[in-house]
Amino acid sequence: MNANEIRDIVEKHPSDRGGLIAILEDIQAKYSYLPEDALRLLAEETGTSLVDIYGVATFYSLFSLTPRGKHLCSVCMGTACHVRGAPVIADEFSRQLQTDPGETSSDGEFTLDTVNCLGACAIGPVVVMDGHYFSNVDSGQVKRIIKKTRAGLDDAQIKKHMRHYLYDVNCSRCNHSLMDPDHPIDGAPSIRLTMSSERQHGWIRLSALYGSFTVESEFGIRTSTVLDVFCPHCHGELKSPTTCPLCAAPMVTLFIRSGGVLQICSRRGCKGHMLDLEGAGI
Amino acid sequence: MITLTINGLQTSVEKGTTLLEAASSLGFPIPTLCHMEGLSPYGACRLCMVEIGEGPRAKLVSSCTYPAQEGLKVRTASSRVLRARNMVIELLLASCPQSKTIQDIAAAHNIRRQRFRQEYEDCILCGLCVRMCEEQMMAKAIGFRGRGQNRTVGTPFDIKSDVCRLCGGCIYVCPTCQLRCTYTEPEKAICGGCANLAPPCVEKDQFDDMMCYMTPCVACEIEKD
Repeated sequence: MNANEIRDIVEKHPSDRGGLIAILEDIQAKYSYLPEDALRLLAEETGTSLVDIYGVATFYSLFSLTPRGKHLCSVCMGTACHVRGAPVIADEFSRQLQTDPGETSSDGEFTLDTVNCLGACAIGPVVVMDGHYFSNVDSGQVKRIIKKTRAGLDDAQIKKHMRHYLYDVNCSRCNHSLMDPDHPIDGAPSIRLTMSSERQHGWIRLSALYGSFTVESEFGIRTSTVLDVFCPHCHGELKSPTTCPLCAAPMVTLFIRSGGVLQICSRRGCKGHMLDLEGAGI
Repeated sequence: MITLTINGLQTSVEKGTTLLEAASSLGFPIPTLCHMEGLSPYGACRLCMVEIGEGPRAKLVSSCTYPAQEGLKVRTASSRVLRARNMVIELLLASCPQSKTIQDIAAAHNIRRQRFRQEYEDCILCGLCVRMCEEQMMAKAIGFRGRGQNRTVGTPFDIKSDVCRLCGGCIYVCPTCQLRCTYTEPEKAICGGCANLAPPCVEKDQFDDMMCYMTPCVACEIEKD
């Protein structure tokens, strides 16, 4: 706990009774629980007595005085979820995580909580894992939810909905790697190329996530400009004889290291691309 | 001045007077438990219930917190009041039968048994000690923690409070036994008086001289289920 961090939080809110809950919420957001030292310091800073602060902190089930796990799992026990078998699901979570409701698993990964109603009765039984809602849960899904959470819920969601996966590409002329781990885009090394357009010349970085069209470039490029793209190592132009199936602009060819060819449209804003993992379709 | 009728007797009281004070000044007895002169009204024990209003709009209110109103008709011993009061006493007996204060109240109202599952709580959450600590001792060392059935009285984090002066005010006002003997858990001790006896109070034979609000002191020995 850092005393200055607490002071910063206290300064942001009114120091009367009305600001107390907001302050406690911010402290909890920072440390995932309310450390004893933080509450003592808070009492000193705001002039509120520790008894009152402790009373509020223990009154609301939102606040926790013990450290919480990395992932917070809330099983809804509202009436609608209850009649659809929420207690069985809570038991299954207890068994799988080897922890009781309201407590944190011994490896510090999961905090299991039961809540009274999440207001999502129509899709019950509901389980909320780190803010991600799982609907119509049955006890057989519990193991999968936990596994998914361990793998990272945000990644899992992207894979499921947008079919992302990572490329590793080389220049199609000199076979140098084009990956730039120093400038990640979408949390992964970017693909660095040089480009020229309208007498401007500079770098451009593409996301290596398949399906992500995030682009960074040295200077702004107007949408639907056709770019000339070069390898930053051999300076050869990466133009392919094929044209984009969507806009008929020339394609840019890149070799995928694990085998195969990726062709992307050279027109800014066009999402046309061709992926040939056999490498035979050039 | 506010004029109101209590049990058919008209009386005038100053603005801000509670029904309990007005009734007491006329000599109508209203049993109380969580009320104490010098402490703010709290309305926790519901023993001081009286009936106000007439006909279908009559309702029960706690007289210690209800301020006198012009033309109010108050009944301190109607059958509805007595029924509610007896129920409260039975519930108090069910949770805290070893309390001398509660036993006395029950005896005064001729209640000899209660119908509920017997428990042996140390605390009825009347809040007397909390208010004593805050309002008379200016300490705010103890307070309520938790909510609902997990509500308890004690110091923050269950360790001895820095602002507690061991004045014993909380123990003095306590109608049950919550804050009395904490010898068995010295780190939580609020008073610590019994722990300073030699031999300490857990050895019962030496206990006769110790000032205790309950004879015999059993609250700390009763097994809780």
